Amino acid sequence: MLSHLPILQVIIPLLAAPACLLLDRGRIAWAFSCAVAIVSLAISLSLLHQVSGAGPLSYELGGWDAPWGIEYRIDLLSAYVLLVVNGVATLVLVAARSSVAAEIDEAKQPLFYVLYMLCLAGLLGIIATGDIFNVFVFLEISSLATYALIALGRDRRALWAAYQYLIVGTIGATFILVGIGFLYSLTGTLNMADLAQRLPALAESASVYAAFAFLVVGVCLKLALFPLHLWLPNAYAYAPSIVTAFLAATATKVAVYLLLRFHFSVFGASFTDPVLPLEGIFLVLGIAGVFVASIVAIFEDNIKRLFAYSSVAQIGYMVIGMGIGSATGVQATLLHLFNHALMKGALFLALAAVVYRLGGANFSHIRGLGRTMPLTMAAIVVAGLSLVGVPGTVGFITKWYLVMAAINGSHWLLVPAILLGSLLALVYVWRIVEAAYFSEPVAGTETCREAPLGLLLAMWLLVIANVYFGLDTRLPVAASDGAVRLLMGGAG
Amino acid sequence: MNAQLALQLTLVAPLAGALLIALTGKWPNLRESVTLATSVLLFALVLQVFAAMGVNHDPRELHIDLFELLPGITIALHSEPLSILFAMVASGLWIVTSVYSIGYMRTNNEKHQTRFYTCFAVAIFGAMGVAFAANLFTLFLFYEVLTLSTYPLVAHKGDDNARRGARIYLGVLLATSIGLFLPAMIWTYAVAGTLDFRPGGILDGNIAGAAATGLLMLYLFGIGKAAVMPVHKWLPAAMVAPTPVSALLHAVAVVKAGVFTMAKVVIYIFGLDFLADVPNEMWAVYIAGFTIVSASVVALRQTNIKRMLAYSTVSQLSYIVMAVVVLTPYSEMGAIIHIVAHAVAKITLFFAAGAIYVASKKTEIAQLDGIGYRMPITMAAFTVAALSMIGVPPTGGFVSKWYMIAGAFQLDSYFVLAVLATSTALNAAYFLPIVFRAFFRKEAGDGNLDHGEAPVPMVAAICVTAVLTLLVFFFNGPLVDFEQTIIGGFQ
Amino acid sequence: MVTDFYNYWIVIALMMIGFFIVIVQGNLVKKLIGLNIFQTSVFIFYISIAKVEGGTAPILTEGVVLYSNPLPHVLILTAIVVGIATMALALSLVVRIHKAYGTIEEEELQERDHEC
Repeated sequence: MLSHLPILQVIIPLLAAPACLLLDRGRIAWAFSCAVAIVSLAISLSLLHQVSGAGPLSYELGGWDAPWGIEYRIDLLSAYVLLVVNGVATLVLVAARSSVAAEIDEAKQPLFYVLYMLCLAGLLGIIATGDIFNVFVFLEISSLATYALIALGRDRRALWAAYQYLIVGTIGATFILVGIGFLYSLTGTLNMADLAQRLPALAESASVYAAFAFLVVGVCLKLALFPLHLWLPNAYAYAPSIVTAFLAATATKVAVYLLLRFHFSVFGASFTDPVLPLEGIFLVLGIAGVFVASIVAIFEDNIKRLFAYSSVAQIGYMVIGMGIGSATGVQATLLHLFNHALMKGALFLALAAVVYRLGGANFSHIRGLGRTMPLTMAAIVVAGLSLVGVPGTVGFITKWYLVMAAINGSHWLLVPAILLGSLLALVYVWRIVEAAYFSEPVAGTETCREAPLGLLLAMWLLVIANVYFGLDTRLPVAASDGAVRLLMGGAG
Repeated sequence: MNAQLALQLTLVAPLAGALLIALTGKWPNLRESVTLATSVLLFALVLQVFAAMGVNHDPRELHIDLFELLPGITIALHSEPLSILFAMVASGLWIVTSVYSIGYMRTNNEKHQTRFYTCFAVAIFGAMGVAFAANLFTLFLFYEVLTLSTYPLVAHKGDDNARRGARIYLGVLLATSIGLFLPAMIWTYAVAGTLDFRPGGILDGNIAGAAATGLLMLYLFGIGKAAVMPVHKWLPAAMVAPTPVSALLHAVAVVKAGVFTMAKVVIYIFGLDFLADVPNEMWAVYIAGFTIVSASVVALRQTNIKRMLAYSTVSQLSYIVMAVVVLTPYSEMGAIIHIVAHAVAKITLFFAAGAIYVASKKTEIAQLDGIGYRMPITMAAFTVAALSMIGVPPTGGFVSKWYMIAGAFQLDSYFVLAVLATSTALNAAYFLPIVFRAFFRKEAGDGNLDHGEAPVPMVAAICVTAVLTLLVFFFNGPLVDFEQTIIGGFQ
Repeated sequence: MVTDFYNYWIVIALMMIGFFIVIVQGNLVKKLIGLNIFQTSVFIFYISIAKVEGGTAPILTEGVVLYSNPLPHVLILTAIVVGIATMALALSLVVRIHKAYGTIEEEELQERDHEC
């Protein structure tokens, strides 16, 4: 049983999806998918435990040996990201019931859970697999589910956002497909480990560069790296609130994982240096993303969109870490992957609660909410401070590593850029605080009650995690440290 | 009680107090009792730590590693003479302020009193953490706690004016701490490999030349709570807060946390000997000197009592900063004593301003004609404190100024002497007219004539702090003895 | 040169045509047609690289030693299925957009969103 965990991690949610379809009531489908998510979370915990003890796990699908058959390969990096994705997905799902019941028709609710499970299975598959074509397949599974999830939003603009995302996402996926085709035609293998061994011999070939470029651009489209981010704000703003929380905390993280995988494991970090100054590009785009997106967020009126732009900015930080390229820099990226999942999970769940009670999340809705929904607003404040990077929260840990990496790498201009980005975050977070605590409520919201228990519970678990992992950093630091060694070791 | 336990409890007590205050919010009497009890308990705990340390105790024995935050960075507490001093001042004056706030808040019928007392206790928690932090990182953590927990207090009134002031307050403090202090700290860690406060500093041999000057400037402006120009803007902005907040936090806990941090950085991070070798170190003296004089000039032109006091605070804080970076033993001692002397005197002045507001709703200097006859105790206390600001004996301000001048002579710096002389004259120029108005002018016929002293708790508090201002003058010997252990070569 | 790699030229031409349509066309269905052409170009790319000079269809037969590579065919079969699913989803989205907005022209959609 234990040796089958790598495949069970993907198969269980994948099979749970059609099973959900058979359950006709939203509530039952919810309970079932929660159970599945918890099992999945337990598997990822067990995987992380195994991997950190005994090194990478390899699982051969159908018993075919690695370079020919499809290999599932769980190393410390994938186990870590699996845990992040599973953890947040489970918490969001636990919180989902009341919000889904309010935002989605009763008849469509089981379908919602079907899609959620499919999307989760796709994301987990991308992380677990060691086969590059398998990555494409799972990417499309998760993407298709995502398009449909977004289209479930109540606002008709959700349809339009889903359509735009579909176009961009499909182009991105096709780019990845082209990249995979190049790699296969050059090396005759699809296995990542095998590719990593064969590619150095072909390092000077233009085709390899082309393949790399296609893969990176394709992934960056999914990642919503500035300036390829235009699909993201609308998709996040108009999707059902639960979907936003789920996507913001997981989907972009998986894209970051892919980028790291391709950049460091498959191609090797030094591969692009002479021809493509990729690290410089990452730095520039990362900083531009942080600034442009943060400034747009400051002037945004819809808070879901505001945090969507903030996500684009935070992705900028992750890319900056990769752009610095040192071990500390990549570790900052990995830490932020974990930390940002905690922050945005909490924030979007809190917004889900606001939407649940008030039907929208504009600034006019949250005026004076500090008194009527104290716990929800307190959650936004704490998670928002974490976003800013106040010490004692996880956001600070990221900033610490990023600035440390910048100083050690003598990127002096990067230091003020990173910190200025934090202050921009402070501005948009503080707009919310002022509206919630120091404004008089608009008529009609005085009687509004606190969010339902499920939402509160999940939201506050994430908020507490924001503080807890900001103080006790052993788990993420140790895991990301090991993962970085694995990545950089493979490169050097 | 075990000293280690007492040290940890100094953090637990105010936090537990805050929780209890929040829970007992529905019963105001119980809530205020909790506040008072917590403040007394806290002061007792600080005394306990002090007693356990003794005068010549080895500070390393009182060091507690709480947990490791990042590899190489621990959250740790320790206690050394400077910590004790700051903790005693903050916790002792918290008791007085609690008594005073009860009178102030009730008489004024302020809203959100539970939030007020809770945040106040959390702010004290932050101040205690700053005081007992064993390394710069721990200090930074609590420094930010202090910033954030005082925001709701500044924005207390919730009107546009209060929100604007609070926004400036938070904006400046967070921007300087995240934008300058944090990179300075990470830089320090990157070159020194540690952030522990160690006698003699940790930077010697790890950084040199212009880089060291740059680092010093990052700290000087990054520690925004020390209010060196041009990052002083938050302090006048914070005057929208209720007076007890201005009194304890913006005359004592918050601003003293700033200069305390600066002193810690100079003494334990740079080290006095190393900093003396840093090129252009005197710039820090010039910047502080400039702040002293220009803030005094601005104070001279203020018409609102609290704003005038705020600019006076900016100026007085820079006395401490300047004395710290003058680097001679006497000036360091002057800085340390001035932390106490200014705290007790400035809190008295704010208390008096609050008492005047509560009794008569007057906020402008021009309205104070003849008020000394209606509120003789308050204005007598005000006079004592004002004399301390100027540095006239027999008040605490004289003692600290004495040491500062001695320190300036040790350095042979005519700049420092000139600054001290000029600002003394300026201080007299803006404080004495108020005293004159209060006692020697006839009351104007308009306005609220029917009032006497403010409620008893407030007057009692004012008397206590005014007496303390005098006591600093008469009993500064033990203070000097106790603190001199941290300054090597003090004669 | 051109004739040696004509399959790649065809792929590139199709890809650019498809991409161009996606960007330029304002009609949502036409955009999808462009997207389809874009994807198809990649399918052709895969299939053409599977060709082995002189090889026969990859079916095990007596006396034949040289086969075309079957793996890209299999891969692209998967990709085609994915493509169909995408297209089905996209078209159903267009249907719903038409119901909700009464139009499938990009510019009109934007106008109608600004109205409300």
